[in-house]
Amino acid sequence: MSLSRRLSDALVWALCGLALLLVIIPTVDIIVGIVVQSAPSWSWKLLTTPTHGVAGGLQNAILGTIVLIVGTVVVAGFVGVLGGIYLAELSGQRTGALLRFFSEVLAGIPSIVIGYVGYVALVITLGWGFSMLAGVLALSIMIMPYIMKTTEASFRQIPNTYREAYVALGLPRVVGLQKVLLPPAIPGVLTGLVVALAIAMGETAPLIYTAGWTNALPPHQLTHQPIAYLTYVVWAYTNQPFAQSHALANSAALSLIILLLVLILASRLMSWQSRRFTTRMQA
Amino acid sequence: MRRESAAESGSLVKAATTARELGVVLMLDRALVAAGWIGAVLPTVVLLLIVVFLVHSAFSSVLYNGLHFLTGTEWNLGNLYVSTTTVRNGVKAAQGASYGALPLILGTLLSSIIALVIGVPIAVASALVIVERLPRGWSVPFSVALELLAGFPSVVYGLWGLIVLGPFLAHHIYPTVARVLGFIPFLGGQTGSGLGLLTSGIVLAVMIIPIVAATTRDLLAQVPPPTREGALALGFTGWEAARLVSLPWIRAGVFGACILGWARALGETMAVLMVSGSAANTIPSNIYGPVSTIAATIVALLDSALTDPTGLAQSALAEAGLLLFLITFGSNILARVILRRAGGTALPVGRGI
Repeated sequence: MSLSRRLSDALVWALCGLALLLVIIPTVDIIVGIVVQSAPSWSWKLLTTPTHGVAGGLQNAILGTIVLIVGTVVVAGFVGVLGGIYLAELSGQRTGALLRFFSEVLAGIPSIVIGYVGYVALVITLGWGFSMLAGVLALSIMIMPYIMKTTEASFRQIPNTYREAYVALGLPRVVGLQKVLLPPAIPGVLTGLVVALAIAMGETAPLIYTAGWTNALPPHQLTHQPIAYLTYVVWAYTNQPFAQSHALANSAALSLIILLLVLILASRLMSWQSRRFTTRMQA
Repeated sequence: MRRESAAESGSLVKAATTARELGVVLMLDRALVAAGWIGAVLPTVVLLLIVVFLVHSAFSSVLYNGLHFLTGTEWNLGNLYVSTTTVRNGVKAAQGASYGALPLILGTLLSSIIALVIGVPIAVASALVIVERLPRGWSVPFSVALELLAGFPSVVYGLWGLIVLGPFLAHHIYPTVARVLGFIPFLGGQTGSGLGLLTSGIVLAVMIIPIVAATTRDLLAQVPPPTREGALALGFTGWEAARLVSLPWIRAGVFGACILGWARALGETMAVLMVSGSAANTIPSNIYGPVSTIAATIVALLDSALTDPTGLAQSALAEAGLLLFLITFGSNILARVILRRAGGTALPVGRGI
């Protein structure tokens, strides 16, 4: 082998290794940077006191985030799972392709556009004001196509022999779906829902003008009361000119990363479970 | 005998219940189909509602601004404190109002293109070295990094860009780049505070890397081993086998992932809002200068737009949003057409997670 070919081979792989470092270093740097910035001011009291003016704690934001993302996954999950089952098992091919295409277009709408429409349509025109319901609906519109897609995919990976089996047994379709197809699909569907929680948790743009912001704990009514959430703290408190605001923004970012890690771990456990199902199906 | 009859009557009872249940089952079946249909149609309905709403809201802005919207460089709500209004094409506007989105359009396109130019080579190269060169165990930290990068909220990227990356680049990287590569147009000159076009592009690059790299990794793993082994047996070096066998094999899928990443970079709001330097009405003179994008402008100006009694400011933001939607929609369609011609695998879908 000529020297130049061997040299260029080594050079290219060295560059590829460098690229690998450029993927891993920012990941580590983001986590380390935020931990270092928030470590001096982190205290467990943050979790039990709400924000107050330019500082305070994160209780209202953490609880608000949990309320918003759980609400979103309930609403979008209901629609998305039903729609996904329909696309995978019940729809005709051409209708399915069309509906899938539009759902993908919806998934591609920039989140701020959804925020704009939510603001003008729900908050102003319908008069809901900054509210939990407006925030949940804006997030649900974003998340719905994703849940539909993961649900459809987890039903489609079930081998056709399963469907033939319940038809051969003379089981009605509903029973077949519930007893034969649902159990192996459930881990995949749940993984999708957990990842949807993570996506919803990280969103800011659709919430700024729909959920609003408040120092109070999450309200007991759906409309006319704003609700707090973590990503807002990261954004808005960074813009404040005070050191304690910046510390709070960093702590909020750290809380988001910790929540993200928990959700990733949960989705990992579930996809591991779903892989066990898949191997059992193939056996 | 008794047992037999018992069994018989048991099965008769069972048959009777099944018959009674059959009606219920049929009803359930119909209910499931109906509910599933509603669920599957809802995204389409919501999409249509959003588009109709945007077009309706943007209508007066389109009439008032015409093509000036695409070519003008000044975004100005006009004087809101005097009651006199200007009327053009039947649309009332505050005096002196001007809505030119060219700086925003340029900021959006340039920052996302920079993100692709930086992010795609890094993503593809890192996936290549993980799949084809390094021992299998190395892929674990890589996968974890990709999953985290895909999952970080965009405000976390914004915060990182603002307090860590931006200052670092401004102090240690940009001055050197400007000095060494200053002869290339737009790379020389003042490097500024570290918040601007190039920093936005770099942060966006980090955000699209997980989309492209994860797809490339999964596709590379699907390349049939015999083709690559054949190339190696013919005396190809590892890089030649990758360049001439593996990469052409997965080209279409990687291209699809790039378009998906581009769409994400185009629509990204918060991270860009935090690291772009939020320039209003200026086109930067070089790559380091402050910019603004369509998405960031909608967030920044929606509040004040409501103070315009003529409603035109709000309508102009709707037109900007519609334009952003059309750009991402167009890129999606383009990717599909090209992929169908190339006969490649389907376009990956999602928000990058």
